[in-house]
Amino acid sequence: MSENQNNSSGVGLVVRGLRKSFGGQDVLKGVDLEVKPGEIFVIMGPSGSGKSVLLKHLIGLEEPDAGEIFINGEPLTTPEIAAKYRMALVFQSGALLNSLTVGENVGLYLTEHRWKPADEIKKIVEEKLTDVGLKDAVNKMPNELSGGMKKRAAIARALVIEPQLILYDEPTSELDPVSAVVIGDEILDLNHRIHVTSLVVSHDRDLAFGIADRIAVIIDGEIVTVGTPDEVKNFNDPRVKGFLHADFKRDK
Amino acid sequence: MFENIGEIILLFWRTLLTLPQTWRQRDKVFDQFFEIGNASLLMVCVLSFFIGAVIALQTGPILVERSLASAVGGVVGIAIAKELAPVMMAILIAGRIGSAMAAEIGSMRVYQEIDALRTMNINPIHYLVLPRILAISVALPMLVVFSVLVGWFGGAVVADMNHRMEIPFRVFFADLRDIVELKDVANGVFKSFCFAIIIGVVSCHQGLVTIGGPRGIGRSVTKAVVNSIVLIVIFDYILTRFLLK
Repeated sequence: MSENQNNSSGVGLVVRGLRKSFGGQDVLKGVDLEVKPGEIFVIMGPSGSGKSVLLKHLIGLEEPDAGEIFINGEPLTTPEIAAKYRMALVFQSGALLNSLTVGENVGLYLTEHRWKPADEIKKIVEEKLTDVGLKDAVNKMPNELSGGMKKRAAIARALVIEPQLILYDEPTSELDPVSAVVIGDEILDLNHRIHVTSLVVSHDRDLAFGIADRIAVIIDGEIVTVGTPDEVKNFNDPRVKGFLHADFKRDK
Repeated sequence: MFENIGEIILLFWRTLLTLPQTWRQRDKVFDQFFEIGNASLLMVCVLSFFIGAVIALQTGPILVERSLASAVGGVVGIAIAKELAPVMMAILIAGRIGSAMAAEIGSMRVYQEIDALRTMNINPIHYLVLPRILAISVALPMLVVFSVLVGWFGGAVVADMNHRMEIPFRVFFADLRDIVELKDVANGVFKSFCFAIIIGVVSCHQGLVTIGGPRGIGRSVTKAVVNSIVLIVIFDYILTRFLLK
């Protein structure tokens, strides 16, 4: 493990002119954004607006057609630069390996890279699972966990990397309101505790306004506005207002 | 199938590059090896016994009628060792293990588990493909050796008990030893090693390129089995014609 593995301070992230299309359909149309070190940055947008695709570019799971991504000012162009920074993605589904126990999932990064002895890995796994309130789930299989527990286990797995940047893909989707608050609190707690930069992709308005330092709204592959929660709430654009204030028509 | 042949060769090459890390994956190799052997042994036993039996039944009476009873052991022995055991076992394993490989890796791909590995800088080829290919390339030749022995036994039982042959057990094996050489068995085992690599690489590749949901997984499983079998038959001819004359 690198020497700075225990020094978990967040990194800054800059995206310039990111473009991506699939089968002739433009999904990202020149995305520009800047995330400051240590902040909680939420990207909001309706389903199909390109949020998850953007996230996959940031972690290196997709190659952009055009545009650049910088981490702490360094262009994310080679695996060496990507490997220099510790980034973790918490998947929408959790993406725990179903053939492994929760404990094995959480310790997988350390086990596979052989950076710590088995006893130490066991301790770290217990510690991270305790941090997310899943101490008793260490020997359970992922299919024995609820949706919220899976997401917390996925967060524990991300924490083992001691990340400088955590990306969350729809962390509260498919969760009841109480579990959603627990996950939101978890993101806030991590941010305060280890000063990690958190980039959250979500269409959950309550989560975004509850935890974000800044919010970007993406619609049809374009960033429409970026600002503090209050600035975004008051942003005068029909598309943004339509998304943020969407409501049922029962009283009308 | 043929449009993916380049990708399949590339996957094989990338797997070869991860070979130096085999020791680190020894637990997974052993798990896969146990899975393949344990899952297939009974099936191999039944299939091989009856293949041997039916070959003896089909060829024995004709040879005996023509006063060639001493050739029955050799015909059954050669047919099983050089052709039937390697090919039939490869087809069985393609259906039994290749399908499982494609389904498991395919569902990991669909449910983003492979993406999760990549985000942790864990190479899916090293973690998933290498142990499976190593395990199958050791297990299949061993199963073929077992299959050859059981097949010979099946042929001997029928030759002994069938009233149109009535070739005693000891005579059958003495005739077999006169014709079948160790090299014939080695040829079959070498073929099965090649077939194992085909099954492993084709099935893992099919799993890794799976898209869609359960239907996509089902499609991958079918393609893995069909493509493996087609390639096995083609390579069987090529190996027999050019290498193992």
